[in-house]
Amino acid sequence: MAENRIKIVENILNANDQIALKNKKRIDDAGAYSINLMASPGAGKTSFILSTINALLDENVQIGVIEGDTAPVTIDSDKISEAGMPAVQINTGGQCHLDAVMIENALDQLSLEILDLIIVENVGNLICPAAFKLGTHSNVLISSVPEGDDKPYKYPNIYRGLDVLIINKIDLLPYLEFDMDYFRKGVEMLNPGLQTFSVSCKTNEGIENWLSWLKMRISKK
Amino acid sequence: MHELSVTESVLEIACRHAQKAKAKKVTDIYLLIGRLSSIVDDSVQFYWDVISKDTICEEANLHFKREPAVLVCLDCQTEYNLEDELMPCPHCGSAKIRVLSGDEFNLESIEVER
Repeated sequence: MAENRIKIVENILNANDQIALKNKKRIDDAGAYSINLMASPGAGKTSFILSTINALLDENVQIGVIEGDTAPVTIDSDKISEAGMPAVQINTGGQCHLDAVMIENALDQLSLEILDLIIVENVGNLICPAAFKLGTHSNVLISSVPEGDDKPYKYPNIYRGLDVLIINKIDLLPYLEFDMDYFRKGVEMLNPGLQTFSVSCKTNEGIENWLSWLKMRISKK
Repeated sequence: MHELSVTESVLEIACRHAQKAKAKKVTDIYLLIGRLSSIVDDSVQFYWDVISKDTICEEANLHFKREPAVLVCLDCQTEYNLEDELMPCPHCGSAKIRVLSGDEFNLESIEVER
């Protein structure tokens, strides 16, 4: 009689990860660089993308944006289109994160071969997006100072998987009780040596440093 | 949370392997979840009861096995289990630490009736 116990050992999210790998290959083949931009609702994801687009206007960098939202609205993608870059809106239908299949479909709607950079704006959420690979080259999190200095301690998983951390809205620091040392200590414990940029999308402070990092990645593709 | 997507994946993997083995029915499913992989057991169970209906996995029992997270201190090389969400090295107090394991998220095995 055959053994009734069947050994499997398969990652539960393997199906997603396989599609993420395919997405990455497609983006690589097109010669573009890509980032998965995550943050809480209201941290300034769209403003940050717009700042990046505007700052690169004269550099002849073609940027495509994939906008993830849980509701069928086009507020964010309209802003990107107004800034003169192609945007694809994904409505997740209430789902709390983007997954690799959604990105696969969105890539179909972009002219990949002319793009240098693809920015995916994930759904505003600090929990679920951390678990789903999309196939992008780097994971970037925006943490804005009004959210509080305890975020790394409360949402450790998303910090562990990051390549870049953006601290946004630093123009508000004089008005808030935000302990930068405490915040950075938490980040350091989760992701030692994490590349971090402090910026304000309102005053443009610090955006230059982020752009130099980004331009270096784009030019290598 | 994303428990529905996770539960759907569990069902897909279990059905695929059971069919390959020409099993009549799946009775038990064993999951291995590292401490750093967030998942709510009750929520998975809730979705499971709904989506496994009318499949060969219907009424299969889900077993969740948790694995601790192991960290290593980059300053003194001490290895230790994570007990709080953020925990500096218990030996030298350094915050320079790296995760060695604890992000497992696997379907380990199934038990079937032939």
